[in-house]
Amino acid sequence: MSEVKTRRVKLLYFAWVREKVGSGGEEVELPQDVATVADVIDWLKTRGPQFDEAFARPELIRAAVDKVHVKPAAPIAGVREIAFFPPVTGG
Amino acid sequence: MAVKVQREDFDIAAEIAAMTAGRTDIGAIVTFTGRVRGDEGHVAKMTLEHYPGMTEAELSRIEADAQARWPLQASLIVHRVGELVPGDNIVLVVTASAHRQAAFEAAGFLMDYLKTRAPFWKKVTTASGESAWVEARQGDESATRRWS
Repeated sequence: MSEVKTRRVKLLYFAWVREKVGSGGEEVELPQDVATVADVIDWLKTRGPQFDEAFARPELIRAAVDKVHVKPAAPIAGVREIAFFPPVTGG
Repeated sequence: MAVKVQREDFDIAAEIAAMTAGRTDIGAIVTFTGRVRGDEGHVAKMTLEHYPGMTEAELSRIEADAQARWPLQASLIVHRVGELVPGDNIVLVVTASAHRQAAFEAAGFLMDYLKTRAPFWKKVTTASGESAWVEARQGDESATRRWS
């Protein structure tokens, strides 16, 4: 039983990704075949037109896993929080 | 060695006084202050959003990187969030070292990395009430790459 990992993760959206999705975040159950950050984006795009719109240009989407920047190919096994946002513009 | 994310303004003199109180090992202090530009009346308001928790963690990682590269006696990053207007302060970086070169270089490094790594997003509202998210500048990414 210890092999069965929970697939429940918190998703967070910031800036125009948040506005297009229409929410700052949510708890979701990910299907078992969703293995990477890029897979999460593909899965989100099946959930409605607002996600299609928010993730229409993947080159403009950045991601963080448990508050650390990651590439789209990053694995998500065992992570608690995945955030999606545009390129940062602070300073 | 500190990072602060706050809504309120900062006082540069007070921050330097706190950093240097009782210390005689600091021979050089460099500060950088970023402010909201009005762009000749075009900008009415700037709203800064961030990722609470990650912002502080990322700023601390950037500060640790600077400390690993230069002999800094002290450093500070203060970044404001919320609604700002032209002329308001946005960000303060202070670096302190025994000699000036480390403080100058580390301040530039901290700002370059902050602009391309710290999870802040700016939205500008114009005088006519239209708003748009600021797009990332390619030049900021190039400026960051010069350190690698």
